[in-house]
Amino acid sequence: MVENRPVLDFLAHLVLALGVALVAFPVWIAFVASTHAPTRFLTGLVPLLPGDNLVETYRTMLTAGISTSGAPPVAGMLWNSLVMAVLIATGKIAISLTSAFAIVYFRFPLRQLAFWLIFITLMLPVEVRILPTFEVVAGLGMLNSYAGLTVPLIASATATFLFRQVFLTIPDELTEAARIDGAGPMKFFRDIMIPLSRTNIAALFVILFIYGWNQYLWPLLITTDDGYYTIVAGIKRMAEAAESDPKWNYIMATAMMAMLPPVLVVLAMQRLFVKGLVETEK
Amino acid sequence: MKRTIFGNRLLPWFLLAPQLAVTAVFFLWPAGQAVWQSFLRQDAFGFSTTFVGFANYGALFADPFYRNALQVTAVFAVTVAALALGVALILAVAVDRMIRAAPAYTTLIVWPYAVAPAIAGILWWFMFNPTIGILAYGLKQWGYRWDHLLDAGDAMMLVVIAAAWKQVSYNFLFFVAGLQSIPASMREAAAIDGAGPVKRFFTITLPLLTPTTFFLLVVNVVYAMFDTFPVIDATTEGGPVQATTVLVYKVYMDGFVGLNLGSSAAQSVVLMGIVIFLTVMQFRYVERRVNY
Repeated sequence: MVENRPVLDFLAHLVLALGVALVAFPVWIAFVASTHAPTRFLTGLVPLLPGDNLVETYRTMLTAGISTSGAPPVAGMLWNSLVMAVLIATGKIAISLTSAFAIVYFRFPLRQLAFWLIFITLMLPVEVRILPTFEVVAGLGMLNSYAGLTVPLIASATATFLFRQVFLTIPDELTEAARIDGAGPMKFFRDIMIPLSRTNIAALFVILFIYGWNQYLWPLLITTDDGYYTIVAGIKRMAEAAESDPKWNYIMATAMMAMLPPVLVVLAMQRLFVKGLVETEK
Repeated sequence: MKRTIFGNRLLPWFLLAPQLAVTAVFFLWPAGQAVWQSFLRQDAFGFSTTFVGFANYGALFADPFYRNALQVTAVFAVTVAALALGVALILAVAVDRMIRAAPAYTTLIVWPYAVAPAIAGILWWFMFNPTIGILAYGLKQWGYRWDHLLDAGDAMMLVVIAAAWKQVSYNFLFFVAGLQSIPASMREAAAIDGAGPVKRFFTITLPLLTPTTFFLLVVNVVYAMFDTFPVIDATTEGGPVQATTVLVYKVYMDGFVGLNLGSSAAQSVVLMGIVIFLTVMQFRYVERRVNY
């Protein structure tokens, strides 16, 4: 701060308070809606303060779901989302670590080509090649499976670049020392490279977990069996039924449960989250 | 470049194999298929396919609905980027004045990054619901009958607000980092020369923030064009009368719902062109860090 200006300080606090309110307001309304009984919404006036139906709503959604809206129990969908997010994050990190290691520590023919092939994935998001990718996955018999939900998404150019940067900063002397001590490439990778990139791995995991959890289009396309619905994609199927028979409290309860895990991850690991976000964009 | 390397011929290929296999099977092959199919036309029953050259592309750009989607996408992307960047910049400048309160405010502002776009859409869709939504109710008190199911402008507003709401947290973090990297000595020097806070903001802070702003602009346009499919699908489903059908949504509708393979493939190829252009922009200019 350059000089002391109380008016500007006050203004800044005011702006930030407004910003925080703007950010939190939709979630507050959703939370309030999830604590009222369904009949409360028939009057046409939305409540602004929580009701007394919280436990009932959440218990119903977690264990039973709403069969008339094609919504399976939320507990199952939460589990599927967790499996998907963890598999995607771990898979991306694992295959990117080995790829980056190969690119940095070996000289082999077509090395540049391999690098470019990985780079291309950045330019082909699922959204632009929906139909042919779906056909490949259907052809491989991977519809309605965890493999189909995760494997097509685990190629990662950003993660590979990130680890490449990390490996490039590791001094050559360390490699020389390891080689003199008789360590082969895999031992060096396992005992030196992975421990050295531990914080980068953790930071990336936070970002990729959120990425995996929030997937929408892909799970919507390849799951037709409600045993494989993820919560973010599942909520759309509920909302569709809601147009004719609104069960707002249940929909909003599901929305709350869908955002809680990734939001908790961000709040609990804020430093790692910021680190991961900034690093993946370099 | 590493001076010390390992001398194994086969091992690097084993290490690269999983990544390359996934890339080839789920990225390159489908992309190739899309390019190939964009030159083919299937008859209505799917019995025969004929090579039609660039006919699909010609039909695409002659189609008023596709031209509409191009326009909708441009309006949507520009509005989302402007709104998300503007709000984030104001908040970041405010936080930059804080000393002790900054971390607390940052925490309270960044968490929507973790909210899925689909959920963000649902939240705003609920608040703008014409019969029971709180914002629709508020607008009615002011004499405005909000109805995003019938009114094209309302529908566009809804998806823009939902998409921008989620993106503010991301822009905010990068703006805060950008502001912190501006040397305090510059602003102090300007203050000593008699420049007030407003003048300092426009002549020092904003120009020095250009690299961050430019980078965020590209990221936000990419986000608005490709990552907001869930926002639209969970709320307006492209309606009313395609008023919120962006390019990505149209590929999905024509390919999956309309089963018009040739047209959908041609649209995919156009989109790939756009992504490649934006990625190149990002890497070329962001690397060099635009500065005046």
